Amino acid sequence: MAHSEPGPHVSSLLTLRSVSKNFGGLAAVKDLSLAVEPGRIVSLIGPNGAGKSTVFNLITGIYTPSSGTIVFEDRVLNGYRPDLVTAAGIARTFQNIRLFSFMTVLENVMVGRNARMHANLADSALRTPRATREDKTVEHAAMELLEFFGLTRYAAEWARNLPYGMQRRLEMARALASEPRLLLLDEPAAGTNPAEKQALMRLVQAIRNRGITVLLIEHDMRLVMEISDEVHVLDYGEKIAQGTPEEVRHNPLVIEAYLGKGA
Amino acid sequence: MSTMRRAVPIIIGLALLAVPFVDRNAAHISAYADTGMLVLLAFGLNIIVGYTGLLALGFAAFFAIGAYTYGFLASPQFGIHLNFWPMIAVSASVAALFGLLLGAPTLRLRGDYLAIVTLGFGEIVPQVLQNLDKWTGGPDGIAGIDQPKIFGYAFGFNPIPYYYLYLAIILLALWLMNNLRYSRLGRAWMAIREDELAAAHMGINTTGAKLAAFSLGAALAGVAGVLFAAKLSTVSPSGFDFNTSVMILAAIVLGGMGNLAGVLLGATIIGLLNFLILPQASNLVQTLGQWVHLAALQSVDLNQYRFMLYGIILVLVMLFRPEGLLPSAVRQAELHAEQPDDALPEAAY
Repeated sequence: MAHSEPGPHVSSLLTLRSVSKNFGGLAAVKDLSLAVEPGRIVSLIGPNGAGKSTVFNLITGIYTPSSGTIVFEDRVLNGYRPDLVTAAGIARTFQNIRLFSFMTVLENVMVGRNARMHANLADSALRTPRATREDKTVEHAAMELLEFFGLTRYAAEWARNLPYGMQRRLEMARALASEPRLLLLDEPAAGTNPAEKQALMRLVQAIRNRGITVLLIEHDMRLVMEISDEVHVLDYGEKIAQGTPEEVRHNPLVIEAYLGKGA
Repeated sequence: MSTMRRAVPIIIGLALLAVPFVDRNAAHISAYADTGMLVLLAFGLNIIVGYTGLLALGFAAFFAIGAYTYGFLASPQFGIHLNFWPMIAVSASVAALFGLLLGAPTLRLRGDYLAIVTLGFGEIVPQVLQNLDKWTGGPDGIAGIDQPKIFGYAFGFNPIPYYYLYLAIILLALWLMNNLRYSRLGRAWMAIREDELAAAHMGINTTGAKLAAFSLGAALAGVAGVLFAAKLSTVSPSGFDFNTSVMILAAIVLGGMGNLAGVLLGATIIGLLNFLILPQASNLVQTLGQWVHLAALQSVDLNQYRFMLYGIILVLVMLFRPEGLLPSAVRQAELHAEQPDDALPEAAY
C-alpha cells in the first residue's frame, strides 16, 4: 500500500507521476501518483468534484498537466492530442454520453475504429479497392462489437434513438473499436437500473477478460467493490487512499471523505 | 434494395439527357445549365456545412476565385490563353488552396464565430476583385474569356454543350460525394459535426478533417467558377456577392443538409426558380400588363423579389420542416424495412 510515488514500475501499463492540474488558483488535481497494472480493473472513486473526471481528461489529452508526467507503455503522454492518445492505445467513454446522435449505431462504432484505419483522402473520395477492403473489415469488426454488447438489432438505428442504457453500451462498444489496451470508463452505471448494473458489471469483466485493462470512475459503491482489483480514492484532487476494495472500505479517511467528520 | 430505387436515378438521368431535344428554347437550356452550376456549388457547401457542420457563409468567394483564376489565365486580360480543360483542375486547386488558407486560421471557431469570419471572407474577396482594378478590371471585370473547345467543336455561347458538361461533372461529383459520405473521411466529418471532442477521442485528426472539408468544398466551387466564366465569357465581382452565398445556403437548407439527394433537389428548385421561373414570370406579368394597359404591371421585375422569396423559403423550411425536404432520415426509414442485420450496411452503398 505504497502511498509514495510509484517507482519505475516496469510492469505498469499507465503511470501518473505527481500529476497536478491547476485552473487559475484552483488545484483540481494535486500531486497525484498512481500506477495501473495491466489486466486489472482499477477504480477511481471519490465525492463529487474530487477531480476524477479531470484525471481522465488529463490522461486523454483534453488537458495538459500543470506538472508531473503521464506515462503509457514507456511513452510520455504529456501534450498528446486526444486523437494521438487514442492511437497510442487508450480509449474512453464520457460521463455525459457523447454519442454521434445523427449517425447510425453501426457508424458510431465504425468511427471508433478511425485510429486504426489507413484510408487517406484519395482512398475515401475514389473508393479505391484498398479503402473498400478496409471498410469491409471495419464494418465486420464493428458488427462483432455490437453483438458483444447486444446491440446488433439497433445497428441501423440513429444513436439518439437508443434507450439510455443502450447508449451507455454503445459508448463502450465505440471505445473498444479502437482496440485499446486501456479503457477509461467514466461513470458507466450512472442512471442505469439495478438489472442494467448487473449486466454492465458482467460486461466490464468480459472486457477485462479480453485482455483490456480498465480504469473506472464510478459512484455505485457496490459495483466498485464487487469488480475492482484495486481502488484509488480522491478527495479535493488528492489521493487519500488506495488498496483493495476491502482495505479502502475500512479506511477511516475514506469514510470521513464520504460521510464527513464525526460520522 | 428494390429495383425501383435503382431505376429512379437512371430514368432521371435519361430524362435529363433528353432535355435539350425536348425543350428547344436556348434561354431555357441556359437556365438549366446555370441550375447545374448551383448544384455543384451546393455539393461543395454541403461538404462544409452539411457533413462537417461548419457554418461557412461566404462560400461564393471560392466560386469567385475559381472564376477569376480561369479569367486571368484564359483571356486577353494578360494575353494568357491556357486550355479550358486542364484549367478546371488548376482553378479547383487554387480554390482549394484558398479553402485551406481560410480554414487554417478559423479551425478553432465554431457556429456563430465561424459564420462571421467566413462572412467577412465572402465580403473581402469581391471587394478585392473590385478594387484591384489594375489586374481584375475593377467593377467591369474581365471580358472576352476563352470558351471551351472539344475535338474542334467550339462551345461558343450555345448553352447546350455547357448543359451537358454540367451534367457530366455533376455525375462525377455525385460519385465522389457518395464515396466520401460512406468513407473513413465522411464518417470523420459527421462525427465532428455531431461532437467534435468525442470525434477527437475516436482518433480523428479534427484539424486535418476540417481542412479537407474546406479545401474539397472550395474545389467544387472552383470548378463551378470555371464553367461559369467560360459560359458567360466574362466575370465581374457582382456575381459573387453575399446574395450568391445565401442562394447556395438556401439550396442546401431547403433540400436537406447532409443528404445528397436532398441537396440535389434543393439546388434544382432554387436554381430553376432563380434562373428560369422568376425571369419567365416577369415576362408573363409584363405581357399581361401590356394587354390590360397597366403601366405598373409592365415594369414589374420579379427578379428583384427573389431574395425575399429565399428568405420566405428559409423561414418556412425552418418552421415546418427544419430537416429539409429530403433529409437523411429517408435513408433511415429505408433501413428500417425488415432486413437481416448483416444486410443493412449494404443498403447504404
